[in-house]
Amino acid sequence: MSESQTDKRPIRLKGRSFLAIQLSPELPFENWLERLDDLARRSTGFFLGRPIVLDVEGLDITQDQLKDLIGELGERSVRIMGIEGAKSSLLGIGMPPPMKGGRPAGDVEPPEDGVKQPAVAAKPVHSKASGDTKVADKPKVAQVPAQDTGQQLPSIVVDRPVRSGQSIIFPEGDVTVVGSVSSGAEIVAGGSIHVYGALRGRAMAGSVGNTNARIFCSKLEAELVAIDGLYKMPDDLDAGLVGQAVTIWLDGETIRADKI
Amino acid sequence: MAKTIVVTSGKGGVGKTTSTAALGAALAQRGEKVAVVDFDVGLRNLDLVMGAERRVVFDLINVVQGDAKLPQALIRDKRCDNLFLLPASQTRDKDNLTAEGVEKVMDELRKDFDWIVCDSPAGIERGATLAMRHADVAVVVTNPEVSSVRDSDRIIGLLDSKTAKAENGERIEKHLLLTRYDPNRANRGDMLKVEDVLEILSIPLLGIIPESLEVLRASNLGTPVTMSDNNSAPSIAYSNAAKRLCGEDVPMSIPGEKRGLFGKFFNRRAA
Repeated sequence: MSESQTDKRPIRLKGRSFLAIQLSPELPFENWLERLDDLARRSTGFFLGRPIVLDVEGLDITQDQLKDLIGELGERSVRIMGIEGAKSSLLGIGMPPPMKGGRPAGDVEPPEDGVKQPAVAAKPVHSKASGDTKVADKPKVAQVPAQDTGQQLPSIVVDRPVRSGQSIIFPEGDVTVVGSVSSGAEIVAGGSIHVYGALRGRAMAGSVGNTNARIFCSKLEAELVAIDGLYKMPDDLDAGLVGQAVTIWLDGETIRADKI
Repeated sequence: MAKTIVVTSGKGGVGKTTSTAALGAALAQRGEKVAVVDFDVGLRNLDLVMGAERRVVFDLINVVQGDAKLPQALIRDKRCDNLFLLPASQTRDKDNLTAEGVEKVMDELRKDFDWIVCDSPAGIERGATLAMRHADVAVVVTNPEVSSVRDSDRIIGLLDSKTAKAENGERIEKHLLLTRYDPNRANRGDMLKVEDVLEILSIPLLGIIPESLEVLRASNLGTPVTMSDNNSAPSIAYSNAAKRLCGEDVPMSIPGEKRGLFGKFFNRRAA
């Protein structure tokens, strides 16, 4: 039976960030669409292949009006990947899904010189991570930003113990904790994790697909360690490493750990 | 300047109510004007431990809702003139406790008292968060066992994020009160040692209360342990803890162990 032969390999879930363009339509839509057409004429293909998010926050419209607008945009080859700021009553079947949690990333200017379109702003879209927001300042690189290289990642320092139930989530880069990470606490970092104290909770490094991320701690008593989605439980770790200062890294598809 | 203390733990049954009564009574015996406030709406017990269960007319919820004035609800202790109890309601729903109402009561108490000791309910729900909300000082009651330590750790995290002080960018003063400590069992490894608990929680130690039948006896008699017998081990330990709360430097000791052994931990400050 083929069902019994299921592949045991774990499914890897990774975060990925793109820079989306946020369209904020204004009432009346006819007028706004005209201005959009004008913009599209001046910069052909500007919207092609770009992730576009529709921001309808504060607009007093009905579901039918929204449906018409999405249709109108579709005719202009502007495909909406998600809708932000919409009441659930506004969204019907067959419409793009609601999105939230976006962070502003500066204005995106159309490639050719012309009248600024204030209603067009860019936002990084987060599947799990946030994007590199610096790229949005320059019009030339307002396309999808390249995958983070891991060289210029920002970092944060937490200078107090991380208590049970707390989580530090920093997909942008490294996390350094000066103090202990308690049992039941978790650290999720896009880059490496450094703990100057006992690591008793969970540490997940390289959460946005960074295979070079590492975990360092001065005393290993972790409940779970993970790098780039691959994880190890304490029982899988060498018993001789428990209580020691340890570094943990990824060697291909295997998590390795050794004393510092 | 009034100081507001919250006695909290996360876990139930570790001795919050006993400690509230004992610390409140010990502070009052030093001549300070003290109010002990029960926040455990629906499961109140502080009135029993204080021996005032038959004198409750109005309660915290009545005051919060404006059905009674604060002086009407405060019960003066029969043994100590400057010790007062503000009981919780046993019958009303805890949803009646509103953030604004509690703030008003606390502000009013602060005008009249030197110390306000709040007995937090177990858990991390509304009652517990409201009890800690306006505190200046937190006494984290912990038993030397892993589940209690983890729950305390969680509570310390909440103290650093959910209190009014934390939201203003200040840091709430936190102290560890280790209760039900048995040095023999700790030495045998049946219990966590003092240094293990301090290492995990990394907050300064306020006192170590030995496991004692005296605590249970005093509770059942409706007397705070610091009032029932001034010479029992838990009574001395609580009185010393109260002295430390007032800023006195009292060497840390556990009955049955060398004095001053844990003084170095007490001075350690973290978090």
